[in-house]
Amino acid sequence: MVKTTMNAVAPMTVIESRGAQKPLLEMRGISQIFPGVKALDQVSIALYPGEVTALIGENGAGKSTLVKILTGIYRPNEGEILLDGQPVQFASAQAAIDAGVTAIHQETVLFDELTVGENIFLGHAPRGRFGTIDWRTIHARSRELLRQLESEIDPTIRLKDLSIAQRHLVAIARALSVEARIVIMDEPTAALSRKEIDDLFRIVEGLKRQGKAILFISHKFDEVYEIAENFAVFRDGKAVGQGRLKGTPQADIVRLMVGRDVYDVFPKIKVEIGQTVLSVENYCHPTEFNDISFDLKRGEILGVYGLIGAGRSELCQSLFGITRPSSGRLTLEGNRIEIRSSAEAIAAGIVYVPEERGRHGLALPMPIFQNMSLPSLARTSRSGLLNAANELKLARQYAERLDLRAAALSVPVGTLSGGNQQKVVIGKWLATQPKVIILDEPTKGIDIGSKAAVHGFISELASQGLSIIMVSSELPEILGMSDRVMVMREGLQAGIFERAEASAEVLVRAATGNA
Amino acid sequence: MTRLLKNREILLTGIIVLMVAGFATRAPGFAEPTNLANIFNDTSILIILALAQMTVILTKSIDLSVAANLAFTGMAVAMTNAAFPDLPLVALIVMALGIGACLGAINGFLVWILQIPPIVVTLGTLTIYRGMAFVLSGGSWVNAHQMTPTFLNVPRTVLLGLPVLSWVAVLVVLVFWFVLTRTPFGRAAFASGGNPVAAVYAGIDIGATRFFAFVLSGAMAGLCSYLWVSRYAVAYVDIANGFELDSVAACVIGGISIAGGIGSVAGAVLGALFLGVIKNALPVIGISPFAQMAISGVVIVLAVVFNARAEARKGRIILRNRNTTEVTA
Repeated sequence: MVKTTMNAVAPMTVIESRGAQKPLLEMRGISQIFPGVKALDQVSIALYPGEVTALIGENGAGKSTLVKILTGIYRPNEGEILLDGQPVQFASAQAAIDAGVTAIHQETVLFDELTVGENIFLGHAPRGRFGTIDWRTIHARSRELLRQLESEIDPTIRLKDLSIAQRHLVAIARALSVEARIVIMDEPTAALSRKEIDDLFRIVEGLKRQGKAILFISHKFDEVYEIAENFAVFRDGKAVGQGRLKGTPQADIVRLMVGRDVYDVFPKIKVEIGQTVLSVENYCHPTEFNDISFDLKRGEILGVYGLIGAGRSELCQSLFGITRPSSGRLTLEGNRIEIRSSAEAIAAGIVYVPEERGRHGLALPMPIFQNMSLPSLARTSRSGLLNAANELKLARQYAERLDLRAAALSVPVGTLSGGNQQKVVIGKWLATQPKVIILDEPTKGIDIGSKAAVHGFISELASQGLSIIMVSSELPEILGMSDRVMVMREGLQAGIFERAEASAEVLVRAATGNA
Repeated sequence: MTRLLKNREILLTGIIVLMVAGFATRAPGFAEPTNLANIFNDTSILIILALAQMTVILTKSIDLSVAANLAFTGMAVAMTNAAFPDLPLVALIVMALGIGACLGAINGFLVWILQIPPIVVTLGTLTIYRGMAFVLSGGSWVNAHQMTPTFLNVPRTVLLGLPVLSWVAVLVVLVFWFVLTRTPFGRAAFASGGNPVAAVYAGIDIGATRFFAFVLSGAMAGLCSYLWVSRYAVAYVDIANGFELDSVAACVIGGISIAGGIGSVAGAVLGALFLGVIKNALPVIGISPFAQMAISGVVIVLAVVFNARAEARKGRIILRNRNTTEVTA
């Protein structure tokens, strides 16, 4: 029923025609609807042979969803895919591979215990006379594929003995081992050093010469300008701009990516900023981050911005006692504290609202009120025994405050909608009466309407004197909500900016390291 | 989901009543109160172990060593009773609880501190504890004539119409109900199985929770060791061989999710009673022990299928709700 009404209003997006050159693959009016979220809304994109199209957008803009549709993992609710002008449907991942679409993923999905050759040909190994696996062909073709990538990796050694960069080459070889015509590269440079990136780009140039169409997903503008001919910008599940990169200044693309006039949308309340509540000095972790120092004041919202993998969540988790820092000092309201476990953090008044509410936030089979009271059991219990009446009272108080809609507080959290689940998570942490609240991607995966409600609520909390650390990958959210912004890059502090000096360009530059 | 669970417990009760009624038509007297009391008494040990197993399973673990723990502790208690007949029974029971809890603590320690998967740990200790029982006894038996009359008779003493053994089971049921629903430990057990990551974020030490679940399970195995040895009036290395699987089966039939976080005391008790009724009924209506095992197996598989379907249905209901809210929004 939902679907038919949607189809009735489907507009056609016109793809710019380019004379003789026809797109190899075209997606028209693609929409993908998940419960509660429209991940893609009428997007169209075209890929041309021998050219790289860069797909740019913030986290949650719908890039990954598009990749999953192209690789046959999701079936779109509406829209069509044209291959050589012919409509096709990718009913399964295999169908997409058969059609010549192959993807190299962000985290390479390979098997450590298998050999290079096995990894490359897993699932489509050449067969010998009796249907047995033809190892000689596997090794010969693997060697040949790797040679195309200017690599001399021995196909018979195990994957676990390779470096990250070499694994990446294996992943690319695997992608090319099927007769691929369309290659999707999903943030392929995230784990690579500059030299490895140069090698990768040489490979991409080679693929271009072979006439393959490449969809290149990246956050990093310098790389995009270096390798891509075309761009497409996604925002909130919509395609908001596409064209030739040549002649398009970076500032325009950032503007397209960030979009709306951010300061109007966000319900930021002017708050009197008070004394320093939490001060973090020289926080270090052996592998994830190094030398982080900042102060957090009463009523302040400190935004923490950075690319995925910049160490933001890891920093926050160590502030919350999930991991231990290797060195550094933590001072809360003038007292030096040490946090060894999440229970200690909660007791000290620091709470952490994790990123994925399903995975980290809630025990779905448990009733709403038990989820809400879980971190506050010390307060609701009497002489060491649980007290259901107190728990319900606590839950009711915060359910009202957050406008939580549920049939009863005794139903399992799993029966609630995503937005209401988020409210339970927030309520559960507010119920601990914290001083500092760390929000990790507070609006990830929820629709615009619920986002506004969450933002309004964050502002309200700050105005009540709570200090807030808000980790977010969404620039508008960071710019709209923060009093100050700390930018992290590759585990290091790339700068702290006052609200007045923080702009999309400044933050993106700090986060990507582009001068 | 709570309603669904309740439904399921009512359903299980219904099935047990129907089974009893059905068997009564084939074997007159099966549904007599005395026979039912006998079945309950017969099932008492399974009920206790099922509750212990359930607590462990709730935390997303499993304890396969309960029966081996029972065998070792039973042997130790029986030998002590034979060697020191003057020792009061209370001391022996405390000793059984203590040894059982220690063996459980070893499991818990390996799971908590060394982070070894519970199934591997308890598969290992299952063999070790059985082996220890052999080493302790040298393979010999402790027979009825070596045990003191008090040791043998207390669980059989009838109080208010039921033997003490049954009353112990009733007491344990009440204690578990209290522990699981009224103490922070019980809540922590549900939370660490329902979502371990969320539990950590909520300040719950899931390692410690699992450890205590294993200690509790071990203590119950210790308690059962005395009950078992005195009931069958013999202790040898192979007692209760394979009984750990019965305890898991009772949990599965009772709707305790093997993935942790879902379950109730009533479910575990009903699951145990279900198995108890089948075990008692099949010989009465003349079905061979081998067919009995097959029938128990079929029931377990059916219970798992039923569980899986119940979970799937839950998912679909959520989606429908979300869709409706989306349409109205």
